[in-house]
Amino acid sequence: MTTTDKKVVRPYGDTTGDGMVQLSFTVPVPHGPLAEGAAQQLAFKMGIDPAMVVHSHAIGADFTFVVVYGSVRHLIDLTEVQVVEREYPLLSPTEVNATLKRSLRRKMVIVGACIGTDAHTVGIDAILNIKGFAGEKGLEYYRELKVINLGAQVSVPELVKQAKTEKADAVLISQVVTQRDAHILNTQEMAAAFNESMGERRPLLVAGGPRFDPLMAPTLGVDRVFGRGTTPGEVASYLVHAVSHRKVVAA
Amino acid sequence: MTLLHLDPQVVKQARGLAARACEPVIEMAKAHTTVAVERATLRLAGITGADTGHRAGDVPWVNRVVDSIREQCGLEHGSALPAFHALRSHNLGSLTELAEATAAGMIQYSVPTGKDRTAAAKAARVAISAGIRKVDRSRAQRDKLITKLGDPAQRPWIYLIVATGDIDEDVVQACNAARAGADIIAVIRSTGQSLLDYVPEGATHHGFAGTYATQENFRIMRAALDTVSAEVGRYVRLTNYASGLCMPEIAVLAGLQRLDMMLNDSMYGILFRDINPIRTFVDQRFSRQVHARAGIIINTGEDNYLTTADAVDAAHTVTVSQLINERFAHEAGLADWQLGLGHAFEINPDVPESFRLELAHALLARELFPDAPLKWMPPTKHMTGNVFHGYLLDGFFNLAGMLTGQSILLVGMMTEAVVTPFLSDRDLALANVRYVLNAAGKLAEDFQPSPDGFIVKRAHQVLGEAVDLLERVVDDGLLKAISVGTFGLMKRPPDKGKGADGVIAIAEDYLNPAVELLETGATR
Repeated sequence: MTTTDKKVVRPYGDTTGDGMVQLSFTVPVPHGPLAEGAAQQLAFKMGIDPAMVVHSHAIGADFTFVVVYGSVRHLIDLTEVQVVEREYPLLSPTEVNATLKRSLRRKMVIVGACIGTDAHTVGIDAILNIKGFAGEKGLEYYRELKVINLGAQVSVPELVKQAKTEKADAVLISQVVTQRDAHILNTQEMAAAFNESMGERRPLLVAGGPRFDPLMAPTLGVDRVFGRGTTPGEVASYLVHAVSHRKVVAA
Repeated sequence: MTLLHLDPQVVKQARGLAARACEPVIEMAKAHTTVAVERATLRLAGITGADTGHRAGDVPWVNRVVDSIREQCGLEHGSALPAFHALRSHNLGSLTELAEATAAGMIQYSVPTGKDRTAAAKAARVAISAGIRKVDRSRAQRDKLITKLGDPAQRPWIYLIVATGDIDEDVVQACNAARAGADIIAVIRSTGQSLLDYVPEGATHHGFAGTYATQENFRIMRAALDTVSAEVGRYVRLTNYASGLCMPEIAVLAGLQRLDMMLNDSMYGILFRDINPIRTFVDQRFSRQVHARAGIIINTGEDNYLTTADAVDAAHTVTVSQLINERFAHEAGLADWQLGLGHAFEINPDVPESFRLELAHALLARELFPDAPLKWMPPTKHMTGNVFHGYLLDGFFNLAGMLTGQSILLVGMMTEAVVTPFLSDRDLALANVRYVLNAAGKLAEDFQPSPDGFIVKRAHQVLGEAVDLLERVVDDGLLKAISVGTFGLMKRPPDKGKGADGVIAIAEDYLNPAVELLETGATR
């Protein structure tokens, strides 16, 4: 059976078109007929009809866990599915290392810091420390990345100096404190300093922090902005993409 | 139980090598102090609270005092002499008054000599020994509660994590977890606390992926668990983290507030947090001396190596680290019953015979450390988001734990690496543990791996590789081995890393009454 020419599909249980799905969740209702009825109502509202509550049990006195099976009424129109195209593919650490080894033929140098008076290193450490974040190892874990974490309260001139000394390919800065738009002003100051001192030869500039919007990159004068919840793997994948891309442009 | 028929000579050789590898590091630790050790000492002497008027936010008073002493007369003589000399010469009533006067710029610290030195040393010892006796009373209180309420009915003890960021929410979750069967509650710390060079103050409600370790948070949670312990009829233990830049201080706070277990690894901070190696070893020694006194069970972090390195290839590095952790712990005065040495079920499930390999590694740890309450850690690296497969894997993890007699079982979550556990995830995870306990809890009685079979051979091989590695570590030196990436693949040179500027070589006239009281067991 091929599915490539199909336009409209349904979930598949054991027969084409049966629309069968499974679902489990907890309701804040004591275990009993009311809890099961509540689960059934939710399933119905989600488009599951008929919905069978195949299992339920109490979690403590106030909650009930349910497992629901049933057929969804909805159709999936494959022509309407919009896939979000990330500008770069998400790579595993092994792939990141292999790609860098091939494209750079040396370790990629990354300098990271919290700039200005910001002492919150939680963001930069989550991305750089091997301990990492959200189950992903930090950039230190990647064999083909040389990571220099300058820590907190690094001044912009100091950051530029260190980036030059280390011949950084990329500079990552983190900003948590947002009082009086400090995160925006600091980042703009940093970008300006790199442009002034190094021009076209400046490293990739990446800013991260919980209050940054990825759409702000042009305003801030950096190459990429990462917001809340960014994981080390996303940053590593981006860096690989960006340096390879830069190389092609330069050549 | 001797199922593996380990050669006692090889085991003895491994321990001997570990002792030799640790010896130079212990000597180095004895020859240094750190800002954190000095702060811990003054905390024992009774200093609490924070300077709320500082422009950088709350700065604990103890940091103000130790920083000022360091600036004005150095820390190589210890903090006790300058602090208690200043207290006397300025006629101040308490260390908190001293801290306030320090912040106001009214104190000039100096190292007293002659009669002044004798008087300051005496006053310091009186104050610090009062703190040590508080730790002793907490320990006695724990013993009393365990006698009254009892330990968990089964082994392994069931260890569950809470991590909401808000101590009040943590209390709700912890009490529910205890009612659902947890024997040990661990409160995960806020991301990045290990890199703070101070301990935050007060009850906290806004952590990042965890809750700040503070003295007040410790007190709140222990009090809540005392109430729930009485309700469920067994003593529910509380765990937190003595790792990072404030190991010694957090150990003191844990001792004062009757925490029962503390994560305390000899190398974790160096490898995974890039903390300066010397800082870590000095802080670790003092913090473990405090844990020993407080009757706290330490949990070591060998599971972390297996999340960065391959769990089969690096199996022997776990054994080496366990032996090193054991040696440092014994030297600091911890007894075998206090050594929750860590290991983990992290072999790629696609590897053929992965479960038999896990059994071999788990049995090796069990037989090498027969009297240690080993901490068995669940799979994390190969939890993919396929929660159904994850649930099966956790079942095998639980079975391996029962079959090899592990002592503390950290309950695995099928939603590991997906979301922070739902209420139902925790419930299902505990059901998994209960099923395996009920169905196969005593299977170890019938379990006899073939003497020349796969499991026994694998265990012998890992021990052999561990001995080889220990020989190299002894030849190169432990600090060198750490600097070239022997453990967890991280390279950490001894002169680099965070907190290096907080390490001070001690002078001949260094005085620290806390160290004397801890090393001699004296109470006054």
